[in-house]
Amino acid sequence: MASAVEINDLDVTFVTDGGDVHAVRGVSLDVRAGEVLAIVGESGSGKTVTARSILGLLPETSTVRGAVVVDGTDVTTLDAAGLRRLRGEKAAMVFQEPSTALNPVFSVGWQLAEGLRAHGNVSKKEARRRAIDMLRRVGIPEPERRVDDYPHQFSGGQKQRVVIAMALALDPAVIIADEPTTALDVTVQAEILELLRTLRDEEGTAIVLITHNMGVVADLADRVAVMLEGELVETARVRELFADPQHEYTRRLLAAVPRLQVSEREAPVSETGPLVKAEGLVIEYAGRFGRNAFQAVKGVDFTLSPGEVVGLVGESGSGKTTIGRAIAGLTPVAGGSLEVLGMEMLGMKERRFRPLRNQLGFVFQDPATSFNPLLTIAQNVAEPLIVHGLAKNPVDARGKVDELLEAVQLSGSYGDRFPHELSGGQRQRASLARALALDPKLLIADEPTSALDVSVQAKVLELFGELQERFGFATLFITHDLAVVDMLAHKVVVLHHGEIAESGPTAQVLGNPKDDYTRRLIASLPVPDPVEQAARRAAARG
Amino acid sequence: MAKNSFFARLPVIRQLRQSVGLQRGMLVAGLVLTGIFLICAIFAPLLAPYEYNQLKGADGNFGAQQAPSAAHLLGTTVGGYDVLSRVIWGAQTALMVIIVAVALSVVIGVLLGLLSGYLGGWVDRILVVVADAIYAFPTLLLAIVAAIAISGGQSGLWPGVMAAAVSITVVFVPQYLRVVRAEVVRVKAEAFVESARVIGASNGRIMFRHVLRNSTRTLPLIVTLNASEAIATLAALGFLGFGIEPTAAAEWGYDLNKSISDVAAGIWWTAVPPGLAIVLAVLGITLIGESLNDLADPRLRARRRASKTPADAVAATQPVAREDLGEVQ
Repeated sequence: MASAVEINDLDVTFVTDGGDVHAVRGVSLDVRAGEVLAIVGESGSGKTVTARSILGLLPETSTVRGAVVVDGTDVTTLDAAGLRRLRGEKAAMVFQEPSTALNPVFSVGWQLAEGLRAHGNVSKKEARRRAIDMLRRVGIPEPERRVDDYPHQFSGGQKQRVVIAMALALDPAVIIADEPTTALDVTVQAEILELLRTLRDEEGTAIVLITHNMGVVADLADRVAVMLEGELVETARVRELFADPQHEYTRRLLAAVPRLQVSEREAPVSETGPLVKAEGLVIEYAGRFGRNAFQAVKGVDFTLSPGEVVGLVGESGSGKTTIGRAIAGLTPVAGGSLEVLGMEMLGMKERRFRPLRNQLGFVFQDPATSFNPLLTIAQNVAEPLIVHGLAKNPVDARGKVDELLEAVQLSGSYGDRFPHELSGGQRQRASLARALALDPKLLIADEPTSALDVSVQAKVLELFGELQERFGFATLFITHDLAVVDMLAHKVVVLHHGEIAESGPTAQVLGNPKDDYTRRLIASLPVPDPVEQAARRAAARG
Repeated sequence: MAKNSFFARLPVIRQLRQSVGLQRGMLVAGLVLTGIFLICAIFAPLLAPYEYNQLKGADGNFGAQQAPSAAHLLGTTVGGYDVLSRVIWGAQTALMVIIVAVALSVVIGVLLGLLSGYLGGWVDRILVVVADAIYAFPTLLLAIVAAIAISGGQSGLWPGVMAAAVSITVVFVPQYLRVVRAEVVRVKAEAFVESARVIGASNGRIMFRHVLRNSTRTLPLIVTLNASEAIATLAALGFLGFGIEPTAAAEWGYDLNKSISDVAAGIWWTAVPPGLAIVLAVLGITLIGESLNDLADPRLRARRRASKTPADAVAATQPVAREDLGEVQ
């Protein structure tokens, strides 16, 4: 087969305020027509930079050396006009976040036609006809009517389909898909992956897929390139890579991927009543003037007993984060009953809840923003101690802070650094240290690992499990990832559109789901094993 | 080392080291002009040949509207003052007004912005409506009203300076309120503020320990831009006759006003020097402000090109090759 893209000895350097950054070091790759090449690696491994160089989409601060040949043209030598011709006709891009890749003030038909008209003499009528055609090809129902709709009238998955349609408009030789499903829910992700597979099979388009999700790789890729710190460490066919990884880093990466194994876990028995008890819990977000309030949570019942880990699972918009915030007193309860640490949260006054806050810890999703950037890690971790009067100032609290940091495997010297000087995983561990500073009875963890790379996620989850066993705090673990829940939780609550779809012990819910939605959720989760994934796919089709 | 890095982290100096090309030129020009302005203001008693209100020297009265000469390098005004001395002393008045006006408006504006943004609700509404109402007034009219109300007709040095400073403050407070409020609203939604709330920190602690310092990043910028506006407003007040009497202090706007009739008579030296002083002082401070603005934004900031090839960069960091040292293989 002919090569759609050939990258030879690519070297990319960026100039930054902190000196030059050598992002890609001597990478050589080729992508053949009708093939999906997945580039995997952790953040900062240079996978996105490599892929963007195919389109000449690197910022001005970069210096590129080597050759990137797309369909016979060397991209590195092209001027602006040449690049414009290349983009769209020979190579196109699908972005991570479909909502930001589409212009909200134009109809999708207009945006599709715009791309066509920019690349050739196409009449308005002809462009519209082709726009409708493309929407049909990517599986948008009723394309004749929907072509005049605006981006906000489409769902997230449909928006990504439109973005893919735009990329396909001029029949490019290669499509760069940069984390095309990361922003989407698993059930939608499965549909988009299916669409990309169809494109490869029917149109013979080469696809460069950038992802950190090994399940997606196993599902879609033909070949895999593994990158580490700007270098290519291994390239292999997908089955060979999963079956017999050559490089040590690849082995580590694959070992870190959480798998759904359905593990039995004994829930701790406790004599005292539950820490959190929700009965018919309703939470609303106030509507705009003249509109009804939006019900994010519609009558949910569950309990959380001391020492228990409950996984709250759901897709975006299911209300899982809202419930976590309500328990922490960050979002008011609108109806029903929510009892936290023996206090009714319906109509709760912050002043009365404040004394109870020392029994409550919270770990936020994004470790980059959950620390005050102007305070050191030690000062940040000392905050709860100072606020609750256990220490007068950060210096006074330092002994206890060092102990806490030690518990999360950050040695004392990390305390003097500022948050931006730590990596994501280190910050999330420090975040855990802060949440545990007051030895709480209850911990709420809101997607604590979704912003982390898989190998880092594995370490943080392991640490979390250890600490949970050691200190015995109850945990509400909010996540969209069923495999993560499987690793930690005693009980699982599956939420769907603000209602409970299913709840029960982990092994029962994940191993033998009763509810249709739960079943669909589990089926959509791609298994990080190409052979098994292919079998599952065949079974789903048949 | 520690001293050096502290020095390098000071606001303007850090940007100076960071800048390149035209941006550096602009910043340096602004710093030089502002430096001259500051030197004139601080060392006015040493630099100026006469007092600002001196009418006669050793050999009697200076005389009105004298052309430039050895005794009076830039001539004398219609009131019989030495122009050069008035221009140099004028810098001191301008500096005092800037310092008082900026200090007052920063303190008041930041506090109100913090309250408005953090508390929200009716406090926020009222403050924003009042700020908008002040915006709606022509700034100079507002400054004139404030000047009359404060000075009450007196026009000594301090009443004059305070009147000008406070009237400028009234105009500037809404700007600081707006900017700080917007930042506070943004910072308030950040996870670290939520985490402080979860911990149980009081509102005061959250506001002053977590929100305040994270919301003031854009202030140096507005301060420099406002400082130049303050000079212009002071000059305008003086020009319109609401400034400081010539016996109390030197003030550029007042001198400009008195030189209107001279221009038609071909007497250039009474109007040009104070006018030029206003233009250069405003230009200098504005250049600094604009440069800081550009440098603060990574998208506007120009950077050095990367070394031509990575190999060159490597070569630059590596010791000289053996051949160059005379070794033969």
